[in-house]
Parts: sequence; structure tokens; C-alpha cells
Amino acid sequence: MRSQVVLRVIAKLLIPFILVFALYVQFHGDYGPGGGFQAGVIVAAAVIFYALIFGLPTAQRLVPEWLVETMVALGVLIFAGVGVGGLALGGNFLDYFVLSADPVSGQHLGILLVEAGVGVTVSGVMLMIFYMFAGRQRGRHSER
Amino acid sequence: MMAATVVAITRLRNLFAVVVLGSLYSFLMATVLVVLDAVDVAMTEASVGAGISTVLLLGTLYLTKSEEAAPARRPLLPLLVALVTGGLLAYGTLGLPEFGEPDSVIHRHVAPRYLEQGVAETGVPNIVTAVLASYRGYDTLGETTVIFTAGVGVILLLRRWRRRSPDDAGKGDRA
Amino acid sequence: MNVLDFVNYWIAVFLLTAGVYIVIARGNLVKKLVGLSIFQTSVYLIYISPGKILGGTAPIIDPNFTVYSNPLPHVLILTAIVVGVATLALGLALVVRINEAYGTIEEDEIHAQDAGRD
Repeated sequence: MRSQVVLRVIAKLLIPFILVFALYVQFHGDYGPGGGFQAGVIVAAAVIFYALIFGLPTAQRLVPEWLVETMVALGVLIFAGVGVGGLALGGNFLDYFVLSADPVSGQHLGILLVEAGVGVTVSGVMLMIFYMFAGRQRGRHSER
Repeated sequence: MMAATVVAITRLRNLFAVVVLGSLYSFLMATVLVVLDAVDVAMTEASVGAGISTVLLLGTLYLTKSEEAAPARRPLLPLLVALVTGGLLAYGTLGLPEFGEPDSVIHRHVAPRYLEQGVAETGVPNIVTAVLASYRGYDTLGETTVIFTAGVGVILLLRRWRRRSPDDAGKGDRA
Repeated sequence: MNVLDFVNYWIAVFLLTAGVYIVIARGNLVKKLVGLSIFQTSVYLIYISPGKILGGTAPIIDPNFTVYSNPLPHVLILTAIVVGVATLALGLALVVRINEAYGTIEEDEIHAQDAGRD
């Protein structure tokens, strides 16, 4: 069908730009609007777009479920790891200024890592929720 | 326009139209937030409200049915309760400071300190990111844990567990 | 006490009232969740409106601007938005399971099935 070809071509053109924009929002969140949450949602939206156009099994071959599950837990681990790192290097929990020789660059590094962790978790969770909803078959009834 | 959208959402019974109008409402809210100088919040509301919420609601409509049943009786008591709540809140907003005044009480305590010393202490010009990730980083850790918990909860509720043992041969998937 | 000062808040209160009405008056579970998200969005508006300073700009430090809007409500509402979508996702997952167990998502029919079963 002609319309399906149009959708496929547009999707293949747009999805790389969406992913690059998500990376831009993630790392430019220090200098403009943006940050971890927005970037995570945009990454999830790009993969959901791909899954809507090309089908869920294709998308699950591209971003398999074990990878998404790992991302969900990894982001929280990064965040808590930065906190414990601050504890190990002599400060309190979630102190960033001990992470580097210069306190301001330590803060900058801490914020970067923390936002990256948040972005990974948010994109993982949004994508996981979509996989769960889309993978559920319609009309199944549990035994009551 | 947002009020008109919300009234339409209340009255419509076709749930697909309700979901699309909900996405429209989120976009309108995002533009209002940009006018109110909340650019980070507007970006998050647009992506999360108009993007993820709509996808999840459409997924749910696919798995259930997409038409709402007509109400059995006229809902006068809920309307009264909602109006009384709204009236009390509107009366409460009369105590709020004047809109847009730069020297009202809420701009006097912590906010000027963050705005003046944020860049010097953290090196990040976006004060919202600096407050979110550094000054109030502990709250953000809690929020990330909440998102993680929601993901785990959805996995627990909706994952298909396949059990292929010999005495389950006739049963198929456990719900 | 200019009336125009409060138009912003009153519109937000109207949206909140409509959201509350949808939650308590409609029986369809999906519509209740949409009403809940409308309610949450109107609360964001109530929270962020007092933070705006007329003549200010977004709280991103730049040499060209001197007056910035208050960044603290933005931080709170950023958290609130993401928690709101987490709640919506869990609520919708529950609705899917309820539909599979009862065959319907109308509150009246669910109560009738429960009452009939007891």
C-alpha cells in the first residue's frame, strides 16, 4: 500500500534525527532547557515510533528486552553510585565537590553523571512499559 | 481554549476522541508554560503528557474497549462536590500575591541565593538543572526510584509468564 | 487587587474542578484516569503561575538578562510530571488486568459482578 511506503520512508529519515536531538537535549541540559527526563522520553519516543511503523518483533530485535531491563536498573545504580562515590571520597552522600580536584568541576561532573543516570532509567522504563502494553494479547481472560 | 477542551473531554463518550483531546490539552498546557517562563517544565510536559501518556492510553484502549457507557443517573451530587471544592479553592487563591510582582514573599528566601550563586558554585548556567541535580539531588534520587518502581510494577502486572512443564501442557500461558 | 491578577488562577481552578468531576462522576475507568491527569496538570499551572515575574525570563543565567523567574516551582513540577506519568502507567496496567478479569471497564458493571458473586 502506498501509504505504508510513505510512513516507512519518513520513519527511516526522521528516527536518526530524533535520536541525535535526544542526545543534544541530554547533554545540553546544562546550558539550555533540557536534561535527563526530557532526553529519556525522546529516546523512548523514537523507539516507540520505530515499533509502531515496523512492528513490535522488529523493534524487539533492535532493542531487546534484556537490554531495556538492564537500562531500567542501571540508571538508578549510576545515580546511587555517584552518591556512594561522594561518600567514599570523603564527603557526605551525594556530595559532588569531592569528585574532582576543583570543586566546581566536581559539581559539573556530578551533575553530568546524575543526569545521564536519570536519562537512562527514564528511557528504559518508558520503553519497557510500552513493550508490556504492546506485547499483551487482546482478549485474554484469566481464570476466575 | 483549555477550558473548552476540558468540557469536551467531560462530555464525549468516544474514548479515542477523549485521548486525542487529552493530548491536545497537554500541548496547550506546554505553550502556556512557555509563556510563564517555565521552559524545562514545558518541554517535559509536552514530551511526557502529549507523547507517552497518549501512547499508553491508546495501548490501553486497544486492549479494552473504546466506548464509554451512558451514565445511569444524572450525577448531581458529584457536580455539587466538585463545584464546592472549586469554589473553596477560588476563594483561597485570593490570598495569593499579585501576579508577576518581583518582590513578593516567594522570591525572597532561597531563590535569589540559587540564582546569584548557582553558576559560581556549580558551573551550570541552567539553574533548574543545577537545583534539580545538585542542590536538591536527593529528591531527584527519590524520583528516579519512583520511576523505577513504576516500571517494575508494570512488568509485574503485565508480563506473560510461560510455563512449559509436562503437566501444564493443556493450560498455555498463565494469566 | 486587580481582577486580572487572578484570571490565571481561576482558570486553573476551573480545570481542577473539571478534573475532579470527571474522576468522581464518570464510571469508565480509562476516563477517570484521563480526568486524574487533567487534575494534575491544572495543579502544575497553579504552582508555576506565582513564580513568574513580569519582565523576567527563563531561569537560565545569561549575561544579557538580569531578572529571572523563580526556578524552585519548576524543579518541583518537573518531578511531579514524571511521577504523574508513572502513576498513569500503573493505573492503566491495572485497568488492563481488570478488563481481563471482569470483561468490562465500567465501574457499575464491576460492582454488580462483585455483588453477584458474593
